[in-house]
Amino acid sequence: MGSNSSLILRPEEIAAIQKETHFSPSQIQRLHSRFSTLDKRNTGSLTREEFMRIPELAINPLGDRIIESFFWDSTNNGAEPSINFRQFMRTLALFRPCKPNEKPQAIEEIREQKLKYAFKMYDLDHDGKISRHELLDILHMMVGTNISDEQLGCIADRAIVEADTDEDGCISFDEFKKALEKVDVEQKMSIRFLH
Amino acid sequence: MLLFLLGIPLILILTIVVIPASLNISFGVRDCYVNTLRKIFECSRMLSENDTNKKKFSLDDMLSFAACGMQAIVDDEITKCFSAEELPSWNLLTRTNKNYEYISLRLTILWIIGWCIRYLIFLPVRITILSLGLLWLCLATTLIGFLPKSSLQTKLNHYAYLIAFRVLARAISASIRVHNRENRAKGGGICVANHTSPIDVLILSTDNCYAMVGQIHGGFLGTVQRILSSSQSHVWFERSEMRDRMTVTNRLKEHVEDHSLDPMLIFPEGKLLFILLYFILNLSCCTCINNTSVFMFKKGSFEIGGTIHPAAIKYDPTFGDAFWNSSRESWVQYLVMMLTSWAIVCDVWYLPPRKMEENETATEFANRVKAEIAEKGGLVDLVWDGQLKRVAAKASLKYAEQEKYSEILLKD
Repeated sequence: MGSNSSLILRPEEIAAIQKETHFSPSQIQRLHSRFSTLDKRNTGSLTREEFMRIPELAINPLGDRIIESFFWDSTNNGAEPSINFRQFMRTLALFRPCKPNEKPQAIEEIREQKLKYAFKMYDLDHDGKISRHELLDILHMMVGTNISDEQLGCIADRAIVEADTDEDGCISFDEFKKALEKVDVEQKMSIRFLH
Repeated sequence: MLLFLLGIPLILILTIVVIPASLNISFGVRDCYVNTLRKIFECSRMLSENDTNKKKFSLDDMLSFAACGMQAIVDDEITKCFSAEELPSWNLLTRTNKNYEYISLRLTILWIIGWCIRYLIFLPVRITILSLGLLWLCLATTLIGFLPKSSLQTKLNHYAYLIAFRVLARAISASIRVHNRENRAKGGGICVANHTSPIDVLILSTDNCYAMVGQIHGGFLGTVQRILSSSQSHVWFERSEMRDRMTVTNRLKEHVEDHSLDPMLIFPEGKLLFILLYFILNLSCCTCINNTSVFMFKKGSFEIGGTIHPAAIKYDPTFGDAFWNSSRESWVQYLVMMLTSWAIVCDVWYLPPRKMEENETATEFANRVKAEIAEKGGLVDLVWDGQLKRVAAKASLKYAEQEKYSEILLKD
């Protein structure tokens, strides 16, 4: 680990990442060492395949989508897409728990960001709408072959009818937000980061 | 009158708890208590299942999968060791399985009753036992310290030590099952145990006398350390000394070579498993562990000799989690947590003594011992050198996840 000098974090990089993601320097260090462990080819970047090697992620029904979420912003320039540590941290920051002393305004902002992320998980074609097809896609991933297609269709239809206030057959971001109004998204989308 | 009122419970505690504890007699009350608790938790689990599993699909269901996946991405093997376990059934303590107390009215009432028992009955009684134990420890060891160095002094100290720790163990209602007692560490040996919590030393000390190795603390812990040292030889290091490899080695070597002294118990300051084992046996493999306390040791390997007596400790988190997250809780908070837990239930296995073989490097030896401890205690054997051996994830595990979720949905 860390044999390649270009892979060592510089203080100014840590500062920049801290500013952007609000992780503490020691958290950044820790996550960087995790990043390096995952980076089997030692290139300073992660590919989808390297993510897939995490066993718990490989068995996660939504594993593919979760991995995909790291690559939303990466530009595809012919070669196999990969993300650097900065991009890695940007996505992880969405799962950072709120600090207890956070201002209501900041919490609102964090919630909005988390919701946007959740929405994009559904919205495969990034057209700003969750279609019935896209919803079924995720449902299918979550239940596998345990629920019949008709039943799943019913579940999807009901979810859309309930959320779809403008009756266009799709769920827009605003409708999505409204549907999850009473859900503690901040807590559900928070994971544990060691200090 | 007041003295009388205070006297009765004190005498009760003395006769029911302290005296049997010091004689190492158990009436089986704790086993009975632990079994009863197990049943209560099982009931509460069924209650909470009935109350939570009725649900239909909601757009946020996928969030728990996403959070799980993200956690897998950030968690390395070390991180996993650091976090308290989530339990399959809630044990009516607030600290595990977040927000469980709000699930249903019945559970909340059960939790409140539990809270009252823990804080209003257990806490004062346990503080009394704890104080009595500490008082005994201070008095006995100080007095014994005045005696001239002789075999009588050592013998007396052994008894005083065991009594003190047995009483202290009752203060957290420790129910300890010891296996393979014939393998206990003897003089001139080093007992190496996996380290999960500060009470490890307490658990092991109820059964055998150990010379402790560690860093000098300030405050309350420091006082206890000084008192312990008055009648028994322990190896305490100043923080600055810890950095000096030669001093550490020499001091440990001196201790191990004197067979009349108690076996050393390696009780590392950090929470990472086996750091000190590594540090003693082979410093070269330490440099790769991403922990500051190990980083300061330079490459190079040495050994201090002596026989290694491995011991594995495994806690049952159902009744109280012995894990100390030092970044979240202070030492005092942790103490209160322990004193208000239902009980601390654990298993201790003594493994056959091990010596380094001739054709073996220190690293190999360390790994061998570590693997043995891990196997016995049912713990995860961590490969610290960064070459995590990964097996291809099984597709069947993914199906199991999907099935679990489907069941929840179909209950509707």
